[in-house]
Amino acid sequence: MSDSVTTYPGLNRPEAFTQDQLGWVPWLEAPTVEELTERQYEGLVDRSRASSDYFRLLARDPDILGARTRTDKDIFYNTKEGLPRAERELAATATSRENGCVFCASVHSRFASHYSERHDDVQRLLDDGTSADLGPRWNAITAAAAALAHTPSRLNAGHLQALEDAGLDALEISDVIHGAAFFNWANRLMLSLGEPEAAS
Amino acid sequence: MSTTFTDAVDDILGVIPGSPLDQLRRRRPVTRDNTQASYLALFHTGQLDDAGASERYAVALFVALLHDNHAAAAFYASGLTQSGAGPALTAAVRDAAQSGDTEGPYGTYREPGLQGESKPGLQWVAGQDLRDALGIRLTAALEHAHLLVFRPREASPAALQALLSAGWTTTGIVTLSQLVAFLSYQLRIITGLGLLNAQPTDEEAERTEAQNERIYS
Repeated sequence: MSDSVTTYPGLNRPEAFTQDQLGWVPWLEAPTVEELTERQYEGLVDRSRASSDYFRLLARDPDILGARTRTDKDIFYNTKEGLPRAERELAATATSRENGCVFCASVHSRFASHYSERHDDVQRLLDDGTSADLGPRWNAITAAAAALAHTPSRLNAGHLQALEDAGLDALEISDVIHGAAFFNWANRLMLSLGEPEAAS
Repeated sequence: MSTTFTDAVDDILGVIPGSPLDQLRRRRPVTRDNTQASYLALFHTGQLDDAGASERYAVALFVALLHDNHAAAAFYASGLTQSGAGPALTAAVRDAAQSGDTEGPYGTYREPGLQGESKPGLQWVAGQDLRDALGIRLTAALEHAHLLVFRPREASPAALQALLSAGWTTTGIVTLSQLVAFLSYQLRIITGLGLLNAQPTDEEAERTEAQNERIYS
């Protein structure tokens, strides 16, 4: 495998934030499916993730990929108690919108729309940004996620009070924090190791 | 064994075993354990060929300082010292963070429809004194970390080429990217949970109110 950067001069790039399905192409060389070792498969956690260039590229360092994948799945899929899935996806979308990750925002806005059945509100978040008025409960979540996306963080007691006033308990507020914080991880990998491709 | 390490988030936050915050974190044991497993995979690994221990801690100290998190900075500075780095390197990383101090996220969008939201800002590069103190590889790593922390929307193939040219391997770049991205998560968990923990309970708020009435009446 070579150490070189790949560019895509003719790539069909997305114009703006969208709920459409996007592709993603890597700027660094990912191992091929045939080259993956058993240790790298363990890092992928789900063997089906081997079909993704993104996850195969991350499999170059399998231990951190494995721990990251397990963190991701618990934060978003473990909904036996705590914040509903739709609002975890909303926090992920708001974070991606604030940081400027068009790819992450596309995936998680679709999830937010699907689980909430509020497609138009989600679209307004993509079109107008995290200050879009989406009603008190969603406003509290997107404001907290946007404040936490800043470096240094702008999250303050007022944001947490607004979440509490919207009816969230401590575990649900912690779920907002985790969902938003996790996308500061995801956005930086997706934005810096490759780029999105629009469907032609 | 990972159990010989205490939990890094708890360490930095000063979480007291059995406290409400400890109990809250333990309601999500898989998240808590894998946040720690992520820290261990990046900072307590035997796989150091592509990114050395001192390089990892130096980048972590830099990123913690850029987030203005002094407890985390102390935690990673201690790791940097334990990895064998001398005080001159620690001082250089602190100088680098000071010279790169700004507020994010900002940057110019590549998407045509988002040009109106572009917010140009500092594209930090180390000065000559810093380059001499940090060396070529670490200078490139800190410049890339600054890009990822503050203006990830400006990431580019050219930024990755700069790392390759400075001697980073492809696998080393993946590890470095994970490291900065993980810290962007871990530091926000620490900030968010710290704030949540500082929220007064209703009972505490009433007590404060009663005390204030006594003071001002």
